[in-house]
Amino acid sequence: MSTLERRPEPSRRMMLASPLIAAAAMLLSGSVLFLLLGQEPLHAFYTYFITPWTTPYGVGELMLKATPLILCGVGLAIGFRANVNNIGADGQLTVGAICAGAVALYFDEVQAWWVLPLMLLAGALGGMLWAAIPALLRTRFNTNEILVSLMLVYVSYHLLSYLVHGPMRDPAGFNFPQSKMFSDAAMLPLLMEGLRVNAAFPLSLLAAAAAWFFCRHTFAGYRMQVSGLAPAAALYAGFSEPRNVWLAFMVSGALAGIAGVGEVAGPLGQLQPSVSPGYGFAAIIVAYVGRLHPLGVVLSAVLMSLLYIGGETAQIELQLPSAITGMFQGLLLFYLLAADLFIHYRFKPRKRAISTGVSA
Amino acid sequence: MMSSELLIAFLASTAGAATPLVVASMGELVTERSGVLNLGLEGMMLVGAVVGFGATLATGQIWIGLLAAMAAGMLMSLVFGFLVLTLQTNQVATGLALTLFGIGVSAFLGRGYVGQTVQPMAHLHFPLLSGLPLVGPLLFGFDAMVYASIALVVLIGWMLARTRLGLIIRAVGESPQSAHAIGFPVIGLRYGTVLFGGALAGLGGAYLSLALTPMWVEGMTAGRGWIALAQVVFATWKPRGVLVGAYLFGGVTVLQFHGQGMGLAIPAEFLSMLPYLATIVVLVLICRNPQTILLNRPMSLGQNFKPD
Repeated sequence: MSTLERRPEPSRRMMLASPLIAAAAMLLSGSVLFLLLGQEPLHAFYTYFITPWTTPYGVGELMLKATPLILCGVGLAIGFRANVNNIGADGQLTVGAICAGAVALYFDEVQAWWVLPLMLLAGALGGMLWAAIPALLRTRFNTNEILVSLMLVYVSYHLLSYLVHGPMRDPAGFNFPQSKMFSDAAMLPLLMEGLRVNAAFPLSLLAAAAAWFFCRHTFAGYRMQVSGLAPAAALYAGFSEPRNVWLAFMVSGALAGIAGVGEVAGPLGQLQPSVSPGYGFAAIIVAYVGRLHPLGVVLSAVLMSLLYIGGETAQIELQLPSAITGMFQGLLLFYLLAADLFIHYRFKPRKRAISTGVSA
Repeated sequence: MMSSELLIAFLASTAGAATPLVVASMGELVTERSGVLNLGLEGMMLVGAVVGFGATLATGQIWIGLLAAMAAGMLMSLVFGFLVLTLQTNQVATGLALTLFGIGVSAFLGRGYVGQTVQPMAHLHFPLLSGLPLVGPLLFGFDAMVYASIALVVLIGWMLARTRLGLIIRAVGESPQSAHAIGFPVIGLRYGTVLFGGALAGLGGAYLSLALTPMWVEGMTAGRGWIALAQVVFATWKPRGVLVGAYLFGGVTVLQFHGQGMGLAIPAEFLSMLPYLATIVVLVLICRNPQTILLNRPMSLGQNFKPD
């Protein structure tokens, strides 16, 4: 790496450009992969990345899939900014879905306006409860929150599996491991007839806006930012680390829980053995690719959603394996991390000119 | 009261469940002792599992499968090493990326293998010894990997504590600055330990798909990579501790298969939660005292080092 030199200060331009470079690199390697799989690359590329945009239904699906990614990604980003690594959003989402499902099934006969708000509340509380465990163990017992939050993801999967095989199974469901379909009062209203995208999408945008306000205009948000960028300075300023950890976990837990409600009270309409194809994990990538900025998270969530939808489209139309989606997700993060090198470094000019010390 | 047959079966399958954890943890332990935290263990194990299975299916030779799995694990860790050591990316984020990438790649590579099986790794048979009552099935009836994994623990323990290489690895892990000043190639050495960790993670993963359950299932590691990571912490970065921890967790893991047989009236799902819950409990017990971690953790763990 002798051709690289450190920039005098981090490049703002590169900070914004690097997610775009990463996305472009991913699209490029996608095309190469299509070629290797014996597809006509342009056609496969078009089917995968462009087709979803061409119909109202496709755009609706993009918004639908982006919803849990925005909700989880925004929450995780707030934590990551403060060096609080919650990687168990999928578990918090699952528990949120369980709690909302319990409310929906309990008030199955009640057709009242308050059922849905109660479900959202229950989902948020469920996610917070699940997130409280790693927060408590880290602040009280110094336990690594990455490992604890991740372990709890698997626990939540088994919990959901137990519930839909047992206590919450639909008695009239021919022994299928799933709950009763929720009543109409327990379903999120659709945004438009004929599309599956529901009220959770504007809710997620609202959450992103609130997160932006929190990070930008509140003292608590500032404290968390300082703790992430300069832990020593935060300590010197007397910013409490436990308070950051709790705040990060509570916010991200609540948002992930709401994402869970959005799934069961939306496209699923019931509790199933699995309520998330790994949205909580994809949201980690979404948060990083979105530069841990709420607006960036919204954009990268749409990109990630495109990977999901495109994967499905390509599977149906080109018989491409759906597992490609997961590969693309991983690749995207790799490329981003690599491209981020150029935030702090730049190529040394070939001729050794006298440096004036001025740089972009 | 459970029968002795059941007890023997329980203890014997404990060794099987513990072995992939021992192997993967030992690799990660060496990586971490040199100061590098690779959170991509789960992804590398998955890729090892699928590549090992595929290679065995294609050649009919388990040892080729194991070698291929090690190579695949190394390739994965090379990606990690290049990003973290050469491009100086954040170790936590890169490790997570490696895991997510591994989940995707393994599902992609394994799509043709679902539903197929291979002949599982043969159990060794020692003349006379294997026929002994009680002792025979408990000590002399495992496949070669079980014994090899125990030898690995001893070997790495000796290497770290008693050899020059071990001393250099530890020195780099404690203070890369000093090690560099003395003239040790910090980055080169860390590449070595990262690749070593990748090879063992691949091997541990292949044990899952070639011996424990001789088939490929998407996401079949089910968090074992993360448990192996936690185990390095429980073991306070000491090889011996990994062995104890892995057998403890092996026991908890197989409890879910034998639980019902032992007359435990607990739904299977709750028994399946046990390894994850046990991991959390043990983590709390070990980490509760910050001194334990502070005194044993390699000082530079997770921090990048740039030689110039």
